[in-house]
Amino acid sequence: MSGDFVNLLADLKEEEVLKLTKQRLDSKEDPLKILEDARKGMEIVGKRFAGGEYFLPELVFSGELLAQVTNIVKPHLTGAGIQQKKIGKVVIGTVAGDIHDIGLNIVDFMLDVNGFEVTNLGVDVPIEKFVKAMQETKAPVLGLSGFLTPAFDAMKETVEALEKAGLRKNIKIMIGGGQMDDEVCKYAKADAFGKDAMAAVTLTKQWYGVK
Amino acid sequence: MARPWAELSPEEKREERFKRWLSPPGVTFASPQAEKVYKERVTRFIKAFTLQKPDRVPVILPSMGLYAARYAGTNLATVMYDYDELKRAWRKVLHDFADADSYVPPVLVPPGPPLETMDYKLYKWPGHGLSTSTLSYQAVEGEYMKPDEYDALIRDPSDFWLRTYMPRVFGALKGFTNLPAWTAFQEIVTADFLSFANPEVQAGLQALMKAGMETLKWIMAVGEVAAEATAMGFPGVMSALAKAPFDTIGDTLRGTQGVMMDMFQRPQKLHEAMERIVPIAINNALSSVATAAAPIVMMPLHKGADTFMSVKQYETFYWPTFKKVVMAFVNEGIVPILFAEGSYNKRLDIIGDFPKGSVAWYFDQTDIFEAKKKIGDRCCIMGNVPTSLVMTGTPQQVKEHCRKLIEVCGKGGGYVLAGGATVDEGNPENMRAMIAAAKEYGVYK
Repeated sequence: MSGDFVNLLADLKEEEVLKLTKQRLDSKEDPLKILEDARKGMEIVGKRFAGGEYFLPELVFSGELLAQVTNIVKPHLTGAGIQQKKIGKVVIGTVAGDIHDIGLNIVDFMLDVNGFEVTNLGVDVPIEKFVKAMQETKAPVLGLSGFLTPAFDAMKETVEALEKAGLRKNIKIMIGGGQMDDEVCKYAKADAFGKDAMAAVTLTKQWYGVK
Repeated sequence: MARPWAELSPEEKREERFKRWLSPPGVTFASPQAEKVYKERVTRFIKAFTLQKPDRVPVILPSMGLYAARYAGTNLATVMYDYDELKRAWRKVLHDFADADSYVPPVLVPPGPPLETMDYKLYKWPGHGLSTSTLSYQAVEGEYMKPDEYDALIRDPSDFWLRTYMPRVFGALKGFTNLPAWTAFQEIVTADFLSFANPEVQAGLQALMKAGMETLKWIMAVGEVAAEATAMGFPGVMSALAKAPFDTIGDTLRGTQGVMMDMFQRPQKLHEAMERIVPIAINNALSSVATAAAPIVMMPLHKGADTFMSVKQYETFYWPTFKKVVMAFVNEGIVPILFAEGSYNKRLDIIGDFPKGSVAWYFDQTDIFEAKKKIGDRCCIMGNVPTSLVMTGTPQQVKEHCRKLIEVCGKGGGYVLAGGATVDEGNPENMRAMIAAAKEYGVYK
C-alpha cells in the first residue's frame, strides 16, 4: 500500500492519492508514515524534474497534491511531527527591485526535496535583509534570484554588502533566473551561475561536499 | 476599380499594406532626404521579413523600451508623470541615435496618473510598490480569475471582463460587480438603470472619465514625439501587441500557478477558454493595426518557453490556439513578430510551420544558429545579442558578437540584428557598436 502511494503521488494521480490517503487513515495507519511516503513521492517528482521528464506544471501540481494530502492527514496527527534530518542550510531570495518568484520557488522546492533546510526570503529583498539572514542562519550558501536586468546591479550590491559585513569569505553565492548568465556572475562577483533549479542543487551539494 | 478587400489573397493584402507603410498617408517628411531614408528603412525591413536580401542587415536596438529615461539622466518614476521630461528623454535618443534603423516612441511608458486614478493592482511601478529608482514596471502574479469561473468567461468574455475581472484589478471599479449585464437592456426600459444610482458604480464611472482625460495628456506627448520621428524618416516597427491565448489565461487571468493546475485538473475548460480568446486576441490587434502605418503585430510570448513546459505540453496546450492567432494575422497580410522570451531550443522542430516568409521569430536566449538552420528557410529570424553582454560588455565585444551573428544568421537574407530582452540602462556605445557592426559586416553584395 505504501509503495503504491509513493508511486501514485509521483505519477500525480490526484483522485487515487486522495482516496488512498483516506483509506490508510481509516485503517488506523500511523499518519506520520503517510507523510513520510508523501515526502518520498515528492523526492521522485524532484528526480523526474531534474531528469527532464517533468516540467514546471508537474512541479506545481505535485505541490498542490502534497498540500491536499497534508490537509487530510493533519487533524490525525498527535504530538510533534518528525523532523527529517537536513543536510544543511541555504538562504535564497529575489534581489531588490525585482518581484519575480516562479524560479525562486522551484529552487526552494528542489533544494528542499534534496534535503536542505531552505530560508526563502521572498521577492524584492533589501540588501540588509540578506546580510541579516546570513548572520542569523550562518548558512554557508546563498542563492540570489533575479528575472530582470536591474537585478544585475542589485546582485552586485548585495555581494558587496556581504563583503563589507565581513561575511563574504564564509559564503558561497550562486545566482540564477531570467537574464542571468556567467557574464553577470562575473559582474556581480558571485561564485557561480546556475541555469536551472537542478544546477542550484548540484552547486549546493558540491559546496557542502555531499554527493 | 479596386477589388474588395475580402477578395484579396493574403499576399495581395500584404502588398497593399506594405505600400501603405512605404508611403504613409498624412505624413509630411522634414525633407526629401528624410523621405528617402524612410523608404530605405522600410524596404530594408520588408525584405528581411520576407526572406529576401535587403541592402544590408537591419538593426533593432535593445534600447527601444524604457532605456531613454535613464539615458537622458532621469528615471521611469519621473517620466511616467512628467510628460515634458518624457518628451525630452525620448527626443534625446531620437536625435542621438539618428543613424539607427528604427525608433520606438514612448508608447511603452505607462502614464502614472490614470493608473493611480484607477488604483491599478496588476502592476507595480517605481514609487508605487517599487523603489522610485527601479527602472521598470512589473506584473503582480495572482489568481485574477478563480478556477470555478471558467464557465462565466467562456459564456461571455466581455461580460466577465467588465463585471468580474476589471473590479479585481482596478480598485476604482470595485462597484462594477453591481452592474447588470449589458444584454439585460432589451425592449422597454424600466428599472434597468437603477444600478447606476449606486455610489460605488458612479465613483467607478467618474474614475474612468478622469483616467480618460489624463490619458489624453499622455497621448499628446507621445504623439508629438512619434510625429517628429516619422518626419525625420523613422518608420514605426510595431503597431499592435497580441498575446498567445495560453498567456492570456496564464499571465492575465489565472496566474502561472493557476494555469498549470488547470492543465491537470480542468484541461477541457482551459482548451475551451483559449479557443474563446482566439478571436478576441485577433480583433484587438487588427483594430490597432488599422489605424497605423506599419503592418506589424508584436507578440511577446511567455509561458511556452523551454523551462515552462514539455514539448508535448507545448504542442497540446500552447501551440494550437497560438498558431490560429498568428495565421489570422498572416491571412490579413500582417507580419507577426513572434518574440520568444527565454529559450525555445526544444521548439525549433515545431515553430517553423508557417507559410514561407510570412512571420518573423525574434529570439531571446535560443541558440539562434540552430534556429537559422532549422527554420531560417521559412521564417525571418531576429536577435539575439545577449542582454548581459549589452549591459556589462565592452563595445568591442558587442561588435564582435554581432559580426558572428551577421555572418551566420544573415546568410542569404531574412535576418534582423537585435538584442535579446530589452535593456533599461547600459553603455550607449554598445548600442552604437550594434549599428556599426550592421553597417560594416551586414552589407549584401
